[in-house]
Amino acid sequence: MSSNSNSSPAKYVLTQEDRSITFRPNGDWTLDQVAAIDPVLTAELQALDYDMVYYDFTDLGELDTAGAYMFARAVRIGPGQRHFWVVTEGTKGQQTLMQAAADAVKGKPPVVDRQWYDSLTRLGKATERFFTEVFETLAFIGKFFAVFFKLMLRPRQIRWNSVVSLIEEIGLNAAPIVVTLCFFIGAVIAYMGASLLASFGASVFMVDLVGVSVLRELAPIITAILIAGRSDSAFTAQIGAMKMRQEVDAMTVIGLDTFETLVVPRAIACLVSLPILTFLGMMSGVFAGMLIAWTGEIDISPVLFFQRLNEVVGVKAFWVGMVKTPFFAVIIAVIGCRQGLAVTGSVESLGSRTTQSVVQSIFAVIAVNAIFAILFYQMGI
Amino acid sequence: MSIEDKDTAPPMEAHGILTQFGTNVIHENLDFRVEKGEIVGLVGGSGTGKSVLLNTMLGLKEPEGGIIRYFGRDRTELTKEEREAINNEMGVLFQGGALFSSLSVRENIMVPLREHTDLPVPLMRELADMKIHMVGLPAQSATLYPSDLSGGMKKRAGLARSLSLDPKLLFLDEPTAGLDPVGANAFDELILGLREAMDLTILMITHDLDSLYTICDRVAVLVDKRIAIADTLPKVQEYDHPWVKEYFGGPRSRAALKAGKT
Repeated sequence: MSSNSNSSPAKYVLTQEDRSITFRPNGDWTLDQVAAIDPVLTAELQALDYDMVYYDFTDLGELDTAGAYMFARAVRIGPGQRHFWVVTEGTKGQQTLMQAAADAVKGKPPVVDRQWYDSLTRLGKATERFFTEVFETLAFIGKFFAVFFKLMLRPRQIRWNSVVSLIEEIGLNAAPIVVTLCFFIGAVIAYMGASLLASFGASVFMVDLVGVSVLRELAPIITAILIAGRSDSAFTAQIGAMKMRQEVDAMTVIGLDTFETLVVPRAIACLVSLPILTFLGMMSGVFAGMLIAWTGEIDISPVLFFQRLNEVVGVKAFWVGMVKTPFFAVIIAVIGCRQGLAVTGSVESLGSRTTQSVVQSIFAVIAVNAIFAILFYQMGI
Repeated sequence: MSIEDKDTAPPMEAHGILTQFGTNVIHENLDFRVEKGEIVGLVGGSGTGKSVLLNTMLGLKEPEGGIIRYFGRDRTELTKEEREAINNEMGVLFQGGALFSSLSVRENIMVPLREHTDLPVPLMRELADMKIHMVGLPAQSATLYPSDLSGGMKKRAGLARSLSLDPKLLFLDEPTAGLDPVGANAFDELILGLREAMDLTILMITHDLDSLYTICDRVAVLVDKRIAIADTLPKVQEYDHPWVKEYFGGPRSRAALKAGKT
C-alpha cells in the first residue's frame, strides 16, 4: 500500500484478436486498488473465450503482488482450457512478479469444506472425547498410585524441596481466602437458620444447623472447590508450559520420571494442605455461626453454643468432613497434572486444557462428595 | 510524502543513536543507513545489541538519543497516520517466525490484510495463497497451524506474513538460523528472488557466512557500540579491527568464501 493520496486509479484496456487477447493496464495496480477492479475484470474475462494472453505494461504505474494477481486472473490453466501468456512490454521486476502470480494461480489451494453433517461429526467426536477423557483420567490415577506407593517405600526419592515449596503455594497462600470464604458461608447459614427456625420457636437448633452443615459438608467442599480453581489451573499451566517448551521431553531423556518429579510432589502437597485448610475453614465457619448466634437477635451465648455443639453435633461430623479431604486432594492434583501433561504445542491447547482441568476437578469433587453422602447415609453415619 | 521523495531517500537511516539500559551503554553515536534496493547484512558478536538495534529501527523501542529516519522523514515528527502508513511499508521476520499459534498459516497472512485493507474476504484468501506460493510453501500448508510446521516452514510462513502488505523495507532476524544448509541456501535464493520481484530493500541480521557471501550487497559490522564499517564484503574483510579480523579470518569464513567464489 503505497502513497494512497497520489496513486492513480487502476484501469485497463482489453482487446481481442482471433483467439488471443491483449491486456493493457494503466494507472497503479496496488493493494488499495484491487478490491474495486476485481469484480469488473473477472466478469469481463469470464465472458471472453481465448487461448493466449499478451500483457503490455507500457502505461503501467506501480505494481505490487496484489495487482499482479489481478492480471493473472486472465490466465487459466486447467482441464478443458489452456491459456498461454507473454509479457510483451515490461520491466524485469514486473515480469518476475507476473511469473509468480501466474504460478500461484496454477495451484489448487486447499479449502476447508463444511458439510451438512459437520455438526453431527462434532457431536460424535465430542462423545468419543468424553469417553477417552474418562478412560485416560482413570488410567492416570492408576499409574499415579503405582508410582506413589513405590515412592512411599523409598521416601528418600521424594523431592521434598519441591513438596515444601508447593505446600506454601497451595496451602499457606490459600489460607486467608479459605478462612474468609468459610466465615461468610458460616455467617449466612447462621442467619438463615436463625430467622427460619425462630418462626417455630426453635432458634436454638441453628447451632445444629451450623455445626452439621459447616463441618460435614460446606467447609470440605468449599475448600476443595477453591483449591481446584486456584491450584489446578496453576498445575495445568505450569506443566503445560513445560510441555510446550520441551522441558518435559528433556526430563524424560535425562532419565527423570515425570510422575516422580511433577505429579507426586503436587499430590503430596495437596494431601498435606487440603486437610489443614479444611480444618481452618471449619473453625472459621463455626466461629462465624457462634458470632451471629451471640450478637444476633436470638442471643445464644458462646458457652451455650459450644455446649449444644458438643451434645448434638459431636466430633463425628468433624471426622465425616475430614475423611473426605484426602480423596479431594488426590483428585485435584491428578486432574491438574494430567491435563498439563496432555497439552500439545499450541497456545490454544494450553487454554482449553486449563479450562478442562478446572471444570473436571470441580465436577469430580462434587461427584465424589455425593458418593460419600450416599455411602454415609447407607452406613447410618 | 510524495513519490519523488520516496524514490530517492534511503528507506531507513539512523543517526547518532544512543541506547542504554541504566548505566549500561549498548550503542553510542551509532550511524547507519540502508539504501534503496540493497540487501545489508548486520553482523556483530553476541551481546553487542544487534536485536536491540533491530527493535530500535522497527520502533519497538525508542532510543535514548539520536534520530531514526524512514524514507527521509524523522520518526518523531510523523503524525499517527503517517506512522501507520510507514509501518505498512515495513515487514519483519522474527527469529522464530512469531506466527500466531491459534491461527492457520493462511489466517496468519490475512491478519495484516484484515487490519489495514477493506478487501473482500475471498480475495484476501486468494492473495494469502499467492504469498504462500511465493515463499515456496506447498499449497496444502495454508490450512495447517504453526505447531504442525517444521522450523524452515515456520520461517517461510513468517516471511509470507511479513510480505502480505507488499512492504518496501524488510527486516530479517537471523533468517537462516536453525535451517539445514540446503534449506538455508534455498531461503537465500528465495530472498534474492523476492527482492527482484517485489523491489525490496532488505536488512538482515545474520551469522550465516554463506548468506553474507552470496546475497548481501553490503555488510555492516556492529562493534564497540557503533557500526564500525558498512561496506562491500572485500572492504569489510580488510578493515583493521581484531574482532572483524577474527570473524572473517576464521576457518568457517574461509570455507564460505571459497564456496562463494566457485
